[in-house]
Amino acid sequence: MVTATDAKLVYQRPESFSDAVTHYCPGCTHGVAHRLVAEVLDEMGLREQAIGVAPVGCSVFAYNYFNCDFVEAAHGRAPAMATGIKRVLPEKTVYTYQGDGDLASIGMAEIVHAAARGENITVIFINNAIYGMTGGQMAPTTLPGMKTTSSPYGRDVETAGYPIRMAEVLATLDGAGYVVRRSLHDPKHIRQAKKAIRLAFETQQYGLGFAMVELLSSCPTNWKQTPQDALQWIADHMVPVFPLGDYKVAPALAELRP
Amino acid sequence: MAKQLLKGNEAFAEAAIRAGLEGFFGYPITPSTEFLEHMAKRMPELGRAFVQAESEVAAINMVYGAACTGKRAMTASSSPGISLMMEGLSYIAGTEVPVVIVNVMRGGPGLGNIAPSQGDYNQMVKGGGHGDYSPIVLAPASVQEAIDYITLAFDLAEKYRTIVAVVVDGNVGQMMEPAELPPMRELPKEAPDWAVTGAQGREPRFLSSIYIDPKDEEVTNVRLLKRWLEIEANEVRYKEYDLEDAEIIVIGFGTAGRVASSAVRLARQEGIPVGLFRPITLAPFPYQRIEKLTKQAKTFLVVEMNTGMMYDDVRLAVKGKVPVEFYGRLGGVVPLPDEILEEIRRVAASPAKDQNGHVRQSWLKRLEKVMRGEQ
Repeated sequence: MVTATDAKLVYQRPESFSDAVTHYCPGCTHGVAHRLVAEVLDEMGLREQAIGVAPVGCSVFAYNYFNCDFVEAAHGRAPAMATGIKRVLPEKTVYTYQGDGDLASIGMAEIVHAAARGENITVIFINNAIYGMTGGQMAPTTLPGMKTTSSPYGRDVETAGYPIRMAEVLATLDGAGYVVRRSLHDPKHIRQAKKAIRLAFETQQYGLGFAMVELLSSCPTNWKQTPQDALQWIADHMVPVFPLGDYKVAPALAELRP
Repeated sequence: MAKQLLKGNEAFAEAAIRAGLEGFFGYPITPSTEFLEHMAKRMPELGRAFVQAESEVAAINMVYGAACTGKRAMTASSSPGISLMMEGLSYIAGTEVPVVIVNVMRGGPGLGNIAPSQGDYNQMVKGGGHGDYSPIVLAPASVQEAIDYITLAFDLAEKYRTIVAVVVDGNVGQMMEPAELPPMRELPKEAPDWAVTGAQGREPRFLSSIYIDPKDEEVTNVRLLKRWLEIEANEVRYKEYDLEDAEIIVIGFGTAGRVASSAVRLARQEGIPVGLFRPITLAPFPYQRIEKLTKQAKTFLVVEMNTGMMYDDVRLAVKGKVPVEFYGRLGGVVPLPDEILEEIRRVAASPAKDQNGHVRQSWLKRLEKVMRGEQ
């Protein structure tokens, strides 16, 4: 029989994660991404130093789920708002949490210039190839041929263009210190995603410039799939279009790698 | 500190720094660019934040972020740039953080031109961004006033956690005048109790303009309105010249008001009982004071560098008790003292009777004669 004194705590809710019940749909990977960020904030002892910037989109209520100071940006403007905060409070840890419509469509100018300036902020970028909150419209990352409510015949690249690979785009900028793409479709990839999130916060701590982790994520509701099928769909359909990998790693960071 | 010869934009910028500005975020646009250039030079010297943003959209959102930390933050721009900032200003209003903006107004609509104009009156005074809010709007008419009111702007913004817009035109922004700068203020050591600074040893805070439950938004709208009513009760400012025995009262703000003051002096020399009322706060607008002046005034003459935007507010104040005449120049054309003197003489000779919406039509006829060089 195991007594209370023998019990060893091996798993608990991170302190940086609030007690709120999230509004996310069953099977959505936002919850996983939130938890990874919260675990990293705890492990690095950053909760009381951190200021998060929530986007407009499904994660608009992110500020309810993190147990740290937060602000809520206008659609796409999180990197600009984070710039304003970081420039006047350079000793604090500032991070944005943005979806693909927010970051890669309406906020394209803000994210590109934040990276180009080498703003010392951390960006968590959720790429699920669709607009979730408004009910499943075509995103800048929607795959060719993919059906959404605003591309009901499938994304026609002749008229609606091609998906944008943000990690590759931002990695070309000299201000970027750490830009990688990971996926949340299985435990192995989730563990890799967590390591990347940690490095993205370390990039900021060491003052190595702009850091972004792009996370391939599922949207079972708007993809009209079961949670299980949605995760498999990431592996089968998204990963080939958005290859996982390290697109920019500042040399000083490479030495920190586990 | 002694008077120096100072250029408008640079003087405002330096006054903002001395008022405790800790973050400036802007984008170049004529005729406000010297503001940005002065900040680019001075803010790094003082170890304070300066960013030339990728757009006015980004600039105002940087201001928004910096303001959420409780530090004094601002931007300066000109009409088309201010239009781009309206989204961010609405969010700032909804989040109730203090922000100061300067609009060096130019001719419009559209790209317009870079000449002095007052065509942004409605945009600035009535809010401009979406949703239900009212910013404080200050209208200096000289370099010294611009210096004084930018300091006031920061104090009011903080006191009421609101947006304060300082509106000038290219004349005030570009002209050089003797003026005196205030001493450098010390920066506050503590952040205000609402600011987002990292939740060290306290409960987390969050700042947002989102109130997803309409009942909560209504509570917010009521709070904003009550604050505005307090501002209306306490912060109305104006200047009066030669009003003691004035039967004709000219009303103009900013550059138009300043040009009108020359015309009023000339008219006085001709024995016309005329005075000048110059609103300093365009919002809150001095409705009550103007209504009180209807007891002595036989006619008001509103002079603006737009099609009569403040004129409508003056009519609201006057409530039809006496006639309100109008004279405006448009598109970046500044009225000359002689033009306004001519208007004062005309009003003195034959006071207006017609107040049924034909005031603009009769003004247009006179304006078109002036434009053709016939008057």
